[in-house]
This record gives sequence, C-alpha cells and structure tokens, in this order.
Amino acid sequence: MIDAGLLEEILTSLLIVVGASFALVGSWGLVRLPTLMERLHGPTKATTLGLGGILLGSIAYFQLTQDVWSAQELLVSIFLFITAPISANMIAKVHLHGVRLKDAETIASPAGRPPQSPGKGDWATYEAPHRDTPVATSED
Amino acid sequence: MRRVIPHPGLSVLLALVWLLMANSLSFGALLIGIVIGVLLPLFTAPFWPRRPDVRFRYGIPYVLLVLWDVVVANFEVAAIILFRRSRDLHPRWLVIPLELETPEAITVFAGTISLTPGTVSADVSACGKYLLVHALDAADPDAEIARIKQRYEARLKKVFA
Repeated sequence: MIDAGLLEEILTSLLIVVGASFALVGSWGLVRLPTLMERLHGPTKATTLGLGGILLGSIAYFQLTQDVWSAQELLVSIFLFITAPISANMIAKVHLHGVRLKDAETIASPAGRPPQSPGKGDWATYEAPHRDTPVATSED
Repeated sequence: MRRVIPHPGLSVLLALVWLLMANSLSFGALLIGIVIGVLLPLFTAPFWPRRPDVRFRYGIPYVLLVLWDVVVANFEVAAIILFRRSRDLHPRWLVIPLELETPEAITVFAGTISLTPGTVSADVSACGKYLLVHALDAADPDAEIARIKQRYEARLKKVFA
C-alpha cells in the first residue's frame, strides 16, 4: 500500500530536481562553451525548462500537498518568456558592436564575424531602421 | 461596443492576469479584474493605433508547438553541452530572409527563435527583410534556415494574417 501523500511528494521533488538539473547544465554551458555568442545559449535553457520544471513543482506542491489553488507561477514563467529573448538580444547587440569596433576584449565566435546584411543597408544595430519598413521606429 | 471595449483580447488577458496575480477566484478579484480589463485598454488605446489581427485559431496551436519544441530542444542542447567537445561544435551565423511584414509578427518570430534553445536571434536588418541568428550547432546552415522558416514562419503568417 503506497499512500497518496508519498506519491505527491515524489512527483513534486521529481519536477524540482529535473528543473534544477537543467539549470545546472545551462550554467555549466555558460562556463565551458568557447565564446560569448555560444555562452548565450546556456541561459536560454536555464530560463525555459529549468525554471519551468521548478515552477511546475511549486504548483504541484501547493495544489497537492497544501490544497491551495496557486497559479501565480504561470505569471512568473510568462514574464520570463517575454523578457529572456530581450536580454539575450541586448547582449548579442553589444557583441556585434564589439566585433565591428575590433574591441580587444571581444573574441569573435568560432562561427566567424557576423555576415553582412544581404539587403539594402546594414543590420539595425549599426544603422537606424529605414522608414516605411516593418522595423521602422518612428512614423514621420 | 468597439468604443467601450476597443481590444477584447487584451481585456480578457488583463482580467486573467489580474486573477493570477490575486491568486484567487473570489468575486472581488473577478470584479477588479473586469474593471482593469475595461479601463486599461481605454486609456492605452492611443499607443496602439494599428493593432494586428491575431487569429487565435492558429495562435494557440502555435504556442503549444513552441512549448513542445522548447522541451525537445532543451534536451538536445543539454546533450551538446555535456557530451560534445568544443572543437566538434559547428556554431554558425544564419541570415534568415523574412516574409513576415508586421512588427508584431517579426517580434514574435525573433522571440520564438531566442526561446528555443540552440538559436538566438541577434539582430534585424535596417530594411526589415532579414534576421541575423546565431546557431549553437548547425552543420548545415541552409537546412536549419529552411527548417526554422517552414516550422515557425509559415505558421506565424497564418496567425498574423
């Protein structure tokens, strides 16, 4: 006879351990990958499945063992899903500037220098977005 | 109706977010949620003069697909980090030609690329027709570009039609 409380605790701890291991692997990636652009891939993992697992564990804990309706964790993950790509994008933009300026502390990725934009003009990091395009920042 | 509730989708979303924040399903929380859902879109309407039409019929399956891909790609990237030597890695810059034409659609597309582990969107071209993406391991860049376009962009074109 296995009692239900034990099963609930096993499920909760499993979710938390899975989430924590993904966060750990993401952090290990941050340490061992060769340059900044590769290292950027580590944190995107940690915030998605790593945090997702821990938040699911939190929901399961409150729902099953405490009998409290809790879904605030969903909000945490939604906000993270919205903000994580933006911070990654900002770091990538700084890297692009460093590569272009031949900054001594910027080491180019093994992928090489970023290619030129095939279209008219440059990448938006280097040049203001053109008017009347989907990426235009003003409407005058 | 349009004048009282200019953006029904946003109103529902705000009410839901309020309920989640309050963390209860009481009558009071629901009431405040509805008040917020009605008032906030009214006051912020000048900030989004031309909002896109989102077709939820395609949007919801898209979100589920991305969530599933995030989980699968997490395992792939974990395997790369743990078992692949750095010199066997094939990091590549990908230049993805965009067919999406609204800022909202391009933003969601770039966000999707950053969220699925293994690819990070780095920049958009000043002409708005190309996306610069860094891939952690893409031995065949053209195949990877075709996969991303077919899997995400083709679906997003239907969502933001």
